[in-house]
Amino acid sequence: MAKITFITKDNETITVEGDSGNVMQLAVNNSIEGIDGDCGGVCSCATCHVFVAEKDFEKVGEAGEIEADMLELEDNVSEFSRLCCQIQVSNAIDGIELTVAKED
Amino acid sequence: MSQNKTCVVIGASHAGVNFAFALRKEGWEGDIILFDKDETTPYHRPPLSKKYLELEDSIHNNLLKPVESYKKNNITLALGKEVSRIDKAHKTITLSDGNSQNYDTLVLATGARAFVPPITGINAAKNIFTLRNANDVSGIREAFHASQDKKIVVIGGGYIGLETAASLKKLGAHVSVLEREERILARVTTPYLSAFFTNIHESNGVAICVNKGVTEITLEGEQNTVICADGTSYPADIIIVGVGIRVNTELASEIGLTINNGIEVDTSAKTSHSAIYAIGDCTFHYNKHYNRHVRLESVQNAVDQAKVAAANIVGKDTEYNALPWFWSDQYDIKLQIVGLSLGFDNSVIRKEGDKKFSIWYFKGDELLAVDSINNGKSYVLGTKFIKAGATIDKEKLKDPTSNLKEITKN
Ligand SMILES: Cc1cc2nc3c(=O)[nH]c(=O)nc-3n(C[C@H](O)[C@H](O)[C@H](O)COP(=O)(O)OP(=O)(O)OC[C@H]3O[C@@H](n4cnc5c(N)ncnc54)[C@H](O)[C@@H]3O)c2cc1C
Ligand code: FES
Repeated sequence: MAKITFITKDNETITVEGDSGNVMQLAVNNSIEGIDGDCGGVCSCATCHVFVAEKDFEKVGEAGEIEADMLELEDNVSEFSRLCCQIQVSNAIDGIELTVAKED
Repeated sequence: MSQNKTCVVIGASHAGVNFAFALRKEGWEGDIILFDKDETTPYHRPPLSKKYLELEDSIHNNLLKPVESYKKNNITLALGKEVSRIDKAHKTITLSDGNSQNYDTLVLATGARAFVPPITGINAAKNIFTLRNANDVSGIREAFHASQDKKIVVIGGGYIGLETAASLKKLGAHVSVLEREERILARVTTPYLSAFFTNIHESNGVAICVNKGVTEITLEGEQNTVICADGTSYPADIIIVGVGIRVNTELASEIGLTINNGIEVDTSAKTSHSAIYAIGDCTFHYNKHYNRHVRLESVQNAVDQAKVAAANIVGKDTEYNALPWFWSDQYDIKLQIVGLSLGFDNSVIRKEGDKKFSIWYFKGDELLAVDSINNGKSYVLGTKFIKAGATIDKEKLKDPTSNLKEITKN
């Protein structure tokens, strides 16, 4: 079981728990504002962009090749950007904090 | 304002569901009611022929929105309800169970259905399926597990047929794809990409058979035989029919809305009747970027048009102006397409590896579209270049060692 905290654009802090699937699915299932997941989690839409808290980045790791390229579609990427459909939920990421990137 | 108003949506899939949530977010205070004849909580369709099929996944892992979120947003989800008629004078819709519902604003998100071609014997065939909804996949799974030999014939070499072939192959089936044209994906892509996908499928053990117009299906006991115009025949325990779609325009045409390859809408997603909007696969709409009307079958179009309709319904003038994009996943190949290549007169292939390249389509010097194979960078930069109307140095583009970011002129 992993606890994951999302910080939305309205500065709402929501902590949810999951033990399988990917982080985008977990966010959508908990109606986290700003994570749309339009492609269903196959790294094709870039609607699941988050900033990983600096302290947690090592736990989560770097983006893969196509993911890193897809992130360039976004205007506001940072070195801590990830598409969260590419992050698997597992004990290894317990306690991480993710800030939703979408601005609208 | 919208407090006492009712917005009725026919079709609760990518377009309808995204529309309902967008409308609530835009501040609509009245009722929002989504009707769909499908009984399953609305789900993602693209995985049906891909991961969902291959991994025998549960539909609950593929929902567009969690069940509770409909209630939370005060969106009524009326599933298992087919709309049989619209009365635009009285602003009501009638369901096939005889009930009716009135509306102030109506949104048609009726999408499309799989086309079943009039092949002799097709109605008597055993274990024959189209692939458009979750029920279709349930049927395919059941037949697959019941079948001993797992001989599968896929009729039609378009994206859905090929994705289904790849997924079933990975599950251990023997798969043949029968394509009527001289190459697979003939309607949607160039000979180069068709040849590439033919190769990928063949090296994964799927037989790709072209120039195979299917004329008849015969049944002997449990065994189907698919017979082609050239006299060849293929035994099949299971048949998948993937020969395209028919747009669900009947409700719209019965009330006299303008139909033209789909339900015609303006850039605000409004139909020819002012209280009725249409979004998604069912629409024939103007694409500003290419300056022509198009009908698209894609998640991008469904989602983007849904947002435009929602904004306009609450009075925020918004114009649909999206650059189309699409993807397909087969085996270890990720195809990403941006733009519409129709009308191109020259193209450049940038080859970075056997399974990593991109095809750039131009009309003169204008970049129209990019097909990327396992190559997110080409897809992303292609998107940016098309949006910016950039002029591309084709010599640099062709050279795989050049930096893609530096291939624009001036
Ligand atoms: C197997 C498969 C794979 C795909 N892969 C991709 C992909 O990789 N990438 C991509 O971008 N797109 C893909 N697509 C296309 C994408 O799924 C569609 O573009 C998208 O579903 C369109 O959404 P829609 O809401 O407009 O229509 P639909 O999804 O067709 O939904 C229409 C809904 O309306 C309902 N309906 C129709 N008439 C009535 C009525 N009279 N009463 C009640 N309900 C009614 C139907 O039951 C249906 O649920 C794929 C489609 C399929 C089938
Ligand atoms: S859900 Fe589409 S890229 Fe993550």
